[in-house]
Amino acid sequence: MSDFGILAFGAYVPITRLQRSSIHATNGWFAGGLRGLAKGEKAVANWDEDSVTMAVEAARDALEGLDRATVQRVAIASTTLPFADRQNAGIVKEALNLPDAVGALDVAGSQRAATSALLAALGGHETTLVAAADLTTPKPASEREMTSGDAAAAVLVGTGTPIATLVASHSVTMDFVDHFREAGEAHDYDWEARWVRDEGFARIMNPAIAALLKKAGIEGAAIDHFLVSVAVKGVPEMLAKKAGIGEGAVADTLGANLGHAGAAHALVMFTAALEKAKAGERILLASFGQGCDLLLFEVTGAIGSVKPRIGLSGWLARRIESSNYAKYLFHRGLLPLDRGMRAEHDSKTALTALWRNRKAVLGLVGGRCTKTGTVQFPKSEVSVNANDHAVGTQEDYPLAEVPAKVMTWTADALTYSPDPPSYYGNIDFVGGGRMMTEFTDFAGDALDVGADLRMMFRIKAYDENRGFRRYFWKAAPAF
Amino acid sequence: MAKGIRDKVAILGMGCAKFGERWDKDEDQLMLEAYEEAMADAGIETSQIDAAWLGAAFDAQNIGPSGIPLAVALRLPDIGVTKVENYCASGTESFRGAVYAVASGACDIALAMGAEKLKDTGYGGLPVRTRGTTHDMIGITGSAPGNFAQLASAYRGVHGVGKDDLKRAMAHVSVKSHANGAKNPKAHLQKAVTMDQVLNAPMIAEPLGLFDCCGVSDGAACAIVTTPEIARSLGKTDIVTVKALQLATSNGWEMQASGWNGSYFHTTRVAATKAYDEAGITDPRSQLSLIEVHDCFSVTELVTMEDIHISKEGQGWRDVLDGFFDADGQIPCQIDGGLKCFGHPIGASGLRMIYENYLQLLGRAGERQRQDNPVFALSHNLGGMPNQNVSSIAIIGRADA
Repeated sequence: MSDFGILAFGAYVPITRLQRSSIHATNGWFAGGLRGLAKGEKAVANWDEDSVTMAVEAARDALEGLDRATVQRVAIASTTLPFADRQNAGIVKEALNLPDAVGALDVAGSQRAATSALLAALGGHETTLVAAADLTTPKPASEREMTSGDAAAAVLVGTGTPIATLVASHSVTMDFVDHFREAGEAHDYDWEARWVRDEGFARIMNPAIAALLKKAGIEGAAIDHFLVSVAVKGVPEMLAKKAGIGEGAVADTLGANLGHAGAAHALVMFTAALEKAKAGERILLASFGQGCDLLLFEVTGAIGSVKPRIGLSGWLARRIESSNYAKYLFHRGLLPLDRGMRAEHDSKTALTALWRNRKAVLGLVGGRCTKTGTVQFPKSEVSVNANDHAVGTQEDYPLAEVPAKVMTWTADALTYSPDPPSYYGNIDFVGGGRMMTEFTDFAGDALDVGADLRMMFRIKAYDENRGFRRYFWKAAPAF
Repeated sequence: MAKGIRDKVAILGMGCAKFGERWDKDEDQLMLEAYEEAMADAGIETSQIDAAWLGAAFDAQNIGPSGIPLAVALRLPDIGVTKVENYCASGTESFRGAVYAVASGACDIALAMGAEKLKDTGYGGLPVRTRGTTHDMIGITGSAPGNFAQLASAYRGVHGVGKDDLKRAMAHVSVKSHANGAKNPKAHLQKAVTMDQVLNAPMIAEPLGLFDCCGVSDGAACAIVTTPEIARSLGKTDIVTVKALQLATSNGWEMQASGWNGSYFHTTRVAATKAYDEAGITDPRSQLSLIEVHDCFSVTELVTMEDIHISKEGQGWRDVLDGFFDADGQIPCQIDGGLKCFGHPIGASGLRMIYENYLQLLGRAGERQRQDNPVFALSHNLGGMPNQNVSSIAIIGRADA
């Protein structure tokens, strides 16, 4: 068996689950036809998340317990990358505190970007972290708004003891435009669903699946997990039937409790399958977008030995229900609330200072005094130790994965926040080090002195004047 | 230790503008208002001033940079004018500059002005401010109440004080200051409030409600200082001298190391200890006659009672509830109404506090005058946030004490 394949996997789902009934409650008067989709919930990113931050979380989930220095390349796949010209994978790399000597690439432009990135990694020879994330902003009252959700997933591909290896793959490319979004536009434009189903999914994917099975020399019945990253109900079942794949093999598309995470969805489904797959099982991963990518994996005996830290199931279990559709619209820039003069504060970033401090800002790397052992954030030339202000003794001390506790806190209703009140306070890292930071993803009265925290990579501020977003680490409830 | 400042400098005159929403005045007019009162008190001419210091914090919103705005407002005779900025300690910093100039012998008479025009921002609360390009990338963009509110969560955690007990003690602080401010015609807010009003007010930053927060105001205050000898030569017989001036600035220990528990101001404790030493005060609880502390928020005043070594650690809230700091208590705190009722024009506050102490020491505080012949009066300023700040202590007293 090949020693090159999938080494690890992880996922991420934002904590808020917007109830689809609340969307329909607002829009139903106008778009009554959406009633049939007004069931279940969708994961929606917080105001301080984007595809980069979600990819970072999925990657952290996948890299749990692994030596990050083994990563040689980072790829991020998304159709909603925050920067059109600034390598998004580079931000992910810094947040993960990977060595500078890594390659990086952004893969975009299609719903099958993630599988294309994965195929490229599997076709290479480097240890590659493939992360995928999408944060879609469908038009209000659209069918896409009902069916989409925000999520991310990541897999590590490389040499070692794989948990799954690629048996065969097949790709088809043709400019079938079922929907599109012009560069710089917020919303997708969708063509008729029935045409997409019959002329797209069926006519393009059926023969491609047959070709893949032929390449692999197996029958459809040999597939144990059939993953079709398509939001339209019944399509996976239709494709399975045609290919002779058993009904029981058709994987849940996660529509009821997550929604379709765009280009990330194929990897999200893949990590869901890996969570429950058993040695010897075959996984057929299919994604669609101007053709399709089909990847056939065989699960190895190592499958039980590598688990994500939280996994898709863990992230799905961590949830806060919301029926606040207006808040969702505001966070997506679709409802221009009066934000008040405090929101006019200029958040210009000095790119020179960001470069100098990139490890502290993007990687949450503090300092540890090699003489006294004092841990501090940020790192400084002169130690903060009250009894020994040693000079030049500090070494890098990464804090992002270190658990922390609340030392002080407040809920501030005066300062501008897109999600008031703004929670922030001083936190203590276990084993030393402290900082004042914002809290995120807290709900109700969970926040109190001594509460356990987990650091998360988030958007700190939007510089609307220049189209820049500033990232930093915030404290979220540990779980 | 250095010999210190004690009795080397006398206050020749002081003045204070009416604080409030001074829609009618620009910053130069507010400074003039304070200056004219101070000059009338001092009995000197502008030409006799050797140097001046201006304390102001928010350049962009009001007074502008440098010492020029003060020199222009008062048409000073081309003397050295320096602007100082040290967050909310800026007013006391201007006083420190003037006092040190006189004490050094470099000047015979020096002027300290503190001023701030905050009501031209268009919204309530302090303007949002950058703390520098690097800090802004990792620091929080909170508000002043949000920063100081954290004292309460930590104080409760450290001392095991119940949420309701602490909230009641905080409310007492505000009720007391409003009662005092109601007797002060220069205060911004001159209306008494009840416990219920304070306890049930809208939340600004948990657990600080509206009445736990000081107001945002326009204002200016001014001091003219000289040596005791010159003061006497100018005909002054009842002389108030500077007993101590101390400033302590965080070096990052509270925010970055692990020794601080979040419930107190390390710098205030350091500055207070040094100030008492400089002033020759050995037991502040029995020796201080009255105090003006930096009550930007009720919880700040409460923990400051411990930080200036008057209340025992963890017991300040009990002293507050016992009325120890009420106008008729043993040591009145904010007998003029404090920041709570004057509001907090950043650069002016430190001098406004010294102004009240000065009036009380001279028996000129009118309806609110303490009748027990005050001897030592302390004022305290605090800038920044609990985990990184500037604390200043100024003790003035009767020259013969």
